[in-house]
Amino acid sequence: MTAAPRYGADGRQARGRHAGEAAAGPPPGEMLRAAGASWGRGVLALVRGYPLAVSGAALVVAMCAFCFLGPVLYHASVTRVDLGAANLAPRAGHPFGTDADGIDELAELMVGGRISLEVGAAAGLLAALLGSLWGAVAGYFGGATDAVMMRVVDAAIAIPAIVLLLLLDSIYTPSTGLLVIVIAATSWLYTARLVRAEALTLRVREYVQMVRVMGGNGMRAVLRHIVPNAAGTIAVNVTFQIANAVLVLATLSFLGLGVQFPAVDWGDMISAGVQTISSGYWWEIVWPGAAIILVVVAFTMVGDGLRGRTGH
Amino acid sequence: MTAYLARRVLQAIAVLVLVTLIIFLLLRLTPAGAQSAALGGGAAHRTFLLAYLSWVGQVLHGNLGFSAARNTSVAALLAASLPRTLALTVTATVVALVVAVPLGLAQAARANAANRASRAADHAASGLTLLFYSMPVFVLGSVLILLFAVRLHVFGPEGPQAPGFWGVISDWRDLTLPVATLSLVTIALFARYVRASALESMAQEYVEAARARGAGEGRVLARHVLRNSLLPVVTMVGLSIPQIVGGAVVVESVFNIQGMGWQIWQAAQSHDFAVTLGFTLVIAAGAVVGSMLADLGYALLDPRIRDAQA
Repeated sequence: MTAAPRYGADGRQARGRHAGEAAAGPPPGEMLRAAGASWGRGVLALVRGYPLAVSGAALVVAMCAFCFLGPVLYHASVTRVDLGAANLAPRAGHPFGTDADGIDELAELMVGGRISLEVGAAAGLLAALLGSLWGAVAGYFGGATDAVMMRVVDAAIAIPAIVLLLLLDSIYTPSTGLLVIVIAATSWLYTARLVRAEALTLRVREYVQMVRVMGGNGMRAVLRHIVPNAAGTIAVNVTFQIANAVLVLATLSFLGLGVQFPAVDWGDMISAGVQTISSGYWWEIVWPGAAIILVVVAFTMVGDGLRGRTGH
Repeated sequence: MTAYLARRVLQAIAVLVLVTLIIFLLLRLTPAGAQSAALGGGAAHRTFLLAYLSWVGQVLHGNLGFSAARNTSVAALLAASLPRTLALTVTATVVALVVAVPLGLAQAARANAANRASRAADHAASGLTLLFYSMPVFVLGSVLILLFAVRLHVFGPEGPQAPGFWGVISDWRDLTLPVATLSLVTIALFARYVRASALESMAQEYVEAARARGAGEGRVLARHVLRNSLLPVVTMVGLSIPQIVGGAVVVESVFNIQGMGWQIWQAAQSHDFAVTLGFTLVIAAGAVVGSMLADLGYALLDPRIRDAQA
């Protein structure tokens, strides 16, 4: 390979004049194993082969450490209201400033991030699972089953997710568990389309047809052959789903229909910051905003990096 | 071509029926009092199919329900708020296209360039589009307000409050920030797509053939890549309608523009289900029809489909 692999925001490897040279590299697992006993060399190969994905993963780990380990190192109450210290700009003692209740922004950022990350990860995984099963069944069985199942996806995609979320949230009282289900219920559709396309190419393979010849039932073929063979596509999609779920949760919280008081997430923090926006307290909006963007960019980078390289 | 058109229209109708079914199911999930208010008295006790058919009949006659909370019909609320949302989304989409199409093409042209600086420019642009793609609409909107309205006093902190399509469009001072917010996010979405689509057409054999015949890089881009990558843009716009409208819901909430999204948001908070469901139905129907029109437009523009015998 003469040219270094190039990645784009769209995640596809740059193709064109060098199309022939830019063939897919080995998957990350094999890279580690091929490096033999030396973990150090394996990790190095991984960093070289997947620079975008590895830097994204490092950013994810850093954000998780910030939210889950941060409070161990940085002590400040997130529940004690101190109106004497309200709306302080960043200074010694409050490096990120304080909010309208005098609560330290940095500490609140760490604790608030936990809910964002937990709900985001859970909802993203659930959405990918749901979408994978739906898509695999539709693609494997084909025909009328496929037509009906995919029209349902078309219909649900036509309704903007945020509108559906507002609707579901107004019918039921939002709780953390419900938020996971509601976010997953509105975002599995794209996974379903992707996995269906993959299943369409897999169903004609000999080993899948063999199951049918041997009298195995359809669900067995779906679960044992279609889903495992689409694992690459699904794994990449999980990262996008998590990024999306973090965004959606923040948006819902901002609109007042997400995480409910007394729990606070990044979206809530921005929503509170907007109340005093005309006073120009930028730190009440910029920090949580940056945190959301960092997490979303990190997960998107992982997905983009892996997809660009493995061709999924 | 005729067969294709007929199939696509039938498909859209099937999807529309499913959309009404989904919304009707959601309506049945709402508490009984709200349900009978939205469906008319006694609806809760009718069988599912009968209740559904009578609801569809009402909708087809333009009766989207009555908002008890606002003491007005949903159709009247819609008439007041639809033009505002249209003004916002149409302006933002046009701005996004004007920026994103040249940007995506320029990026694709540089993605494989021999020269290092050109590739770096593509990387930088990709990083920027990734950033805006990952940015929550409400964060972007709030930061723009903070910067341009609170600090610099260049634009208004609130969206246009004048009624009607032209009322909104002509208030450029208040419209700039909402449109900028919605179009920046949309530009990121579109540019990523245009870049990928242009790279795809650059890998095609006809491009290689053009190069083999000795065509210069500029001619290859303008004659072969551009025209073939513009085609999927039509589909892209059609398929992005739900996302753009979803973005508009947040933009309207941030900038206090009383369009459809703002109404849905208010209605969701006050459990005014007639409004949320009625508006959702209109938006979803618009998205289905829009994506169908985009596909039909694609078929008309693409000679491979237009001149097909089947």
